[in-house]
Amino acid sequence: MLKLINGLLAILGGLGGVMVLFWALNAAVERLPDVWEERLKPYVFIGPAMLAVAVFLVYPGIRTIVLSLFSANSAEFVGFQNYAELARDPDLRAAIINNLLWILFVPTVAVALGLLVAVLADRVSPRMEKFSKSIIFLPMAISMVGASTIWKFIYEWRPEGTAQIGLLNAIWTALGGEPQTWLQISTFRLNSFLLMIILVWLQAGFAMVLLSAAIKGVPEETLEAARIDGANEVQIFWRVIVPQIASTIVVVLTTIIILVLKVFDIVYVTTGGNFNTDVVANRFITELFNFRQFGRAAAIVVALIIATIPVMIYNIRTFRAGESR
Amino acid sequence: MSTTPTPPVSGTPGEEAGLGTLDRDDARAVEAGAGGTRPRRGGREGSKVFVRAALLVVCLVWTIPTIGLLISSFRERDAITSSGWWTVFANPLEFTRLTFENYGEVLEAGMGAAFINSLAVTIPATIIPVLMAAFAAYAFAWMRFPGREVLFTLVVALLVIPLQVAFIPLLRLFGQFGLNGTFLAVWLAHTGFGMPLAVYLLRNYMSSMPREVIESAKVDGASHYQTFWRLMIPLSVPALAAFAIFQFLWVWNDLLVALIFLGGGDNEVVTIALQQLVGARGQDWYILTAGAFITMIVPLLVFFGLQRYFVRGLTAGSVKG
Repeated sequence: MLKLINGLLAILGGLGGVMVLFWALNAAVERLPDVWEERLKPYVFIGPAMLAVAVFLVYPGIRTIVLSLFSANSAEFVGFQNYAELARDPDLRAAIINNLLWILFVPTVAVALGLLVAVLADRVSPRMEKFSKSIIFLPMAISMVGASTIWKFIYEWRPEGTAQIGLLNAIWTALGGEPQTWLQISTFRLNSFLLMIILVWLQAGFAMVLLSAAIKGVPEETLEAARIDGANEVQIFWRVIVPQIASTIVVVLTTIIILVLKVFDIVYVTTGGNFNTDVVANRFITELFNFRQFGRAAAIVVALIIATIPVMIYNIRTFRAGESR
Repeated sequence: MSTTPTPPVSGTPGEEAGLGTLDRDDARAVEAGAGGTRPRRGGREGSKVFVRAALLVVCLVWTIPTIGLLISSFRERDAITSSGWWTVFANPLEFTRLTFENYGEVLEAGMGAAFINSLAVTIPATIIPVLMAAFAAYAFAWMRFPGREVLFTLVVALLVIPLQVAFIPLLRLFGQFGLNGTFLAVWLAHTGFGMPLAVYLLRNYMSSMPREVIESAKVDGASHYQTFWRLMIPLSVPALAAFAIFQFLWVWNDLLVALIFLGGGDNEVVTIALQQLVGARGQDWYILTAGAFITMIVPLLVFFGLQRYFVRGLTAGSVKG
């Protein structure tokens, strides 16, 4: 109960603080001579938001780049030594290979499944379309920790001879196999792929929603024209629909790639990066918390920033193009 | 207010594909649901059966993981470990043995407190950035001032920045003020991290309002502050709601930021509590299944209650870093 009251007070205090801040700033500016009021008011409006961006993103970003050139405790300048160490680090190399697999597998499969459901759902009754889309979309509301727990239960192992309570082993043993500790099998990175499935399960709904909207935007005439020309449904899909929704596919792919770059929760919760399942974003946490290697952790972040720069530039360009239109 | 046109949210790629078309999609779905005449695609009867079957299979596969968790969370602790959850369908008697005991135990084991903490973290970390961003968005959309272009380009650039950039310097900064481990630290962090997306979305929405609306308010002698509160905020409710829902789910489901700035202990949130249960009691599935469901219940309610806004928020928010 005390907890509840404290929580309520915290909520009211936080919100009230912000309201009062804006009210007071505005009241102060309105007392100034008109010329100054006009000049300063925009900055009162954008001030708190821009201050938040500056303090919590821009300043730390610059600081992180600087720290990546310093030693573990940030006391000594070491130049590019952190980067050199990371380049030689076999654990990080393994994580990078895993990340590349994640980047190849998760976006592609999520888009393929999303596209499949979008196409299928477009051909059934409206009620069933709505229902099936909701079902596929539902995991988007679930946290990665929750999803990891759900799937860890599916991959659960019990000794041979006892009842299997994990769905995968139940199916596997019913087919005549021996129970497997799935998340420990790194042959062909099987365990990494099993973890990727979790993210596909979470993200396919997102891909489906966007792709479905795009498919519905394809003009009916183009489909009719293709049918008259004698194209079958498969040909229509690949030659008429897919080219027209290509830009949406690119958007969905890049969005999921960015997400995959930063994914750490799934690995952190299920395997902790053991059994050769580590990924770059989880290495960052390991360097930061387990090794207290602040310099190397910062260098990993810099690598992540560099990986996102192309998307950043693309976003700015598209935005500028849209503005001048 | 009903005569005022509400402009669709539109802007750059993520949205043109997402929000803009989604609205159209929604409109069409409504039309079809009301017995509209939108032509549905599809061929012969035989292939229709195949399409329905394929769709049902996918839906089944997608639901099974969650169903398994839900059923298990209500089974007795010994039952969970001695037989698969699907066996309840073979022995209907099992249904009479379902119990809430697991929930009682996991709530006692800290999940109850964590649930309240999650609310205390999430509600301000949603409303504060929405409010700040709304002011900034209004200025970016309807005021002229030096630095406008540069600052907004910065906002766009920061949309995809990995959050990890902020952690090491912020840990030290918060440390100097003794903020690490407090709600305030997490509110501030989430406010900063959510800000680029919030400003970007709201500015795009507000700038698509008809100029006459703003002008007429000015003619009536309203200050920017009054125009903002009395006109812009009510008109922007769809965009505000879309972002608020997205941010709410994002903060509620977040593990990373909570792990860095809040950690375990008295102030731990549900994601941290669940992650620690998985680590410490990885075999106690009666605890884990119930615990996992407690972390999911609020997002699922939001999902079922506000799916329409939820879809908009998520698709719009997908560009977030």
